[in-house]
Amino acid sequence: MRRLLPLLSLVLALPAVAESNLSISGKVGLEARYFLQDPSFPGQHGSTALSGIIEPEFQWSDESQNNLFSFVPFLRLDQRDSERTHADIRELSWIHVGDDWELRTGIRTVFWGVTEFQHLVDIINQTDAVEAIDAEEKLGQPMVNLSLVKDWGIIDLFVLPGFRERTFPGVDGRFRGGLVVDTDLAEYESAAEEKHVDLALRWSHTFDVYDIGLYWFRGTSRDPQLRPVTRSSGETVLSPFYPQITQYGLDLQATIESWLWKLEAIRRDSKSEEYWAAQAGFEYTLVGVSDSAVDLGLLMEYGWDERDDPGLTTFQNDLFVGTRITLNDAASTEFLAGAGYDLDTQSKSFLVEASRRFGDNWKVSLDAGIFSSDDPTDVAHSIRNDDYVKLQAEYFF
Amino acid sequence: MYAMKPTLHRALLGIALLTLGTTGFAETAEERGLTISKETKASDLGWGDMQADMKMILRNRQGQESVREIRLRSLEMENDGDKSLSIFDHPRDVKGTAFLSFSHPIGADDQWLYLPALKRVKRIASRNKSGPFMGSEFAYEDLTSFEIEKYNYKYMGDETVNGRDCFRVEQYPVDKYSGYTRRIVWTDKETYRPEKVEFYDRKNSLLKTLTYKDYKQYLDKHWRADEMNMENHQTGKSTRLLWNNYRFATGLSEKDFNKNTLKRAR
Repeated sequence: MRRLLPLLSLVLALPAVAESNLSISGKVGLEARYFLQDPSFPGQHGSTALSGIIEPEFQWSDESQNNLFSFVPFLRLDQRDSERTHADIRELSWIHVGDDWELRTGIRTVFWGVTEFQHLVDIINQTDAVEAIDAEEKLGQPMVNLSLVKDWGIIDLFVLPGFRERTFPGVDGRFRGGLVVDTDLAEYESAAEEKHVDLALRWSHTFDVYDIGLYWFRGTSRDPQLRPVTRSSGETVLSPFYPQITQYGLDLQATIESWLWKLEAIRRDSKSEEYWAAQAGFEYTLVGVSDSAVDLGLLMEYGWDERDDPGLTTFQNDLFVGTRITLNDAASTEFLAGAGYDLDTQSKSFLVEASRRFGDNWKVSLDAGIFSSDDPTDVAHSIRNDDYVKLQAEYFF
Repeated sequence: MYAMKPTLHRALLGIALLTLGTTGFAETAEERGLTISKETKASDLGWGDMQADMKMILRNRQGQESVREIRLRSLEMENDGDKSLSIFDHPRDVKGTAFLSFSHPIGADDQWLYLPALKRVKRIASRNKSGPFMGSEFAYEDLTSFEIEKYNYKYMGDETVNGRDCFRVEQYPVDKYSGYTRRIVWTDKETYRPEKVEFYDRKNSLLKTLTYKDYKQYLDKHWRADEMNMENHQTGKSTRLLWNNYRFATGLSEKDFNKNTLKRAR
């Protein structure tokens, strides 16, 4: 937090320069989760949990629109899990736009990838894992990113000073294993620990129906290895260990009529392991089902990991199917349903999301998740009793 | 023989002229429709680049209204369809969403959507042209740039619409993914601006009527309507498009239309 302060004061000084183009928006949300089974592990909370978030967005820009500033703080309060109660700066950034380049400085989020069931190539930001189990919520990452627009594609250079540790549920939280991860015990391969400066270089381009991205990343792995340690109290907990890695990534999408063909692949090298992993599949959309405005999307993906160990990775030999139903109505009603099946361990998961807008400012969503696993060696086994229903209301301002 | 030559010459010339004249007068309805449409396209060429604010008012059968606000930037491309960037401001839950489109006279458009919640740029299938735009009565294909190659044409006579003397031309979409069998367009003879369009669904029944109101001229050439009303006859729903703050020659160029500008559009 301390290293963010100079940046914060810089950005806070700016509204005076450009107060004319200030915009304030954001959201407040309330969610209720209901867990269908008794918890698997001692200490985990019971069937209900209430939680709330606030995420305002302050944006301003100068008259020329060549300097853009954003500040997006985030706060969650959780009734049950003190580790899920947390604050973050999602964004505190300055974008300077040049003729065929832009420089993005500060805390930001960058997403890379094309697939839906796993985000394999996405690496710049750390996952805010207490937020959701789909790994789509990210912690803000400090960065300097120079982006060059050329005829032959976009080149992005990243210098990433400062590492963000992954968040983990606390002893009270659901969606955890039998041993609690103690983030205070985090260890690093690099002597610079969380101050290690990571680097990344990415090229992306569009050729006709193909959108391609290729990158190189060197630095601290976003995925910690979890190592059991025994405290002086005799209690065993997990300590996250963050190795240094070099990773190459590819994302490719071919958009052909109603089909989106998708491929993500990585090669990761570290001291302890070297491996390939990939996620590939398609999304097919039936537009205007039986002459209505309804679109029906059908998705199928396959996840593979060379390490072939369900204890190390969730998706080593996994098949996913899903459907997306978009009503295209004034309330933007949508349904998403997805199922994952581990072909090695037969573990299964089902996720359903439904959402619509109410009035101008409210959005309500209803989610459910069902997990089943009979194989104790599968990481999915630890959440087998965390079937849940979640009702969420968000107010956008 | 020599004496005959000029006579024969003249006779042949006469026949040639006659044939030419006949073709001129016997221009088929299809050819006339194409000519009018080409003249319509030509009358608006050279607008260069444009920015505008758009407010959509969606109204259901019960009269309940909901509002969308979008800012639009577009760039005229020589020998290709337009490039455009749409930025969504309202409703608030989609604020920051942006849509980049490279349209093409023939074949699928290239389209990308930026989803601010995930910071994700998604290439989307432009096959979805018949679908409703933001839940409105406008389909995506109703909002893309008019290109000659997108339709076949037939001139159906002259009629008066909104008190203006208009050509009535039927347009038959070439693209098999269009939601229409045909459109009937009434174009003002003097200014070549559209006054009214009727849309016929895949079963060839009247689906929607679009009417234009309050035209203003920009750069002494380009006519733009301040208001467009789309009425769906089959559902009883309607959408009003209110245009505001039209600006031409704002200095936009191709570098303002790529994935980087999509991500920071606001």
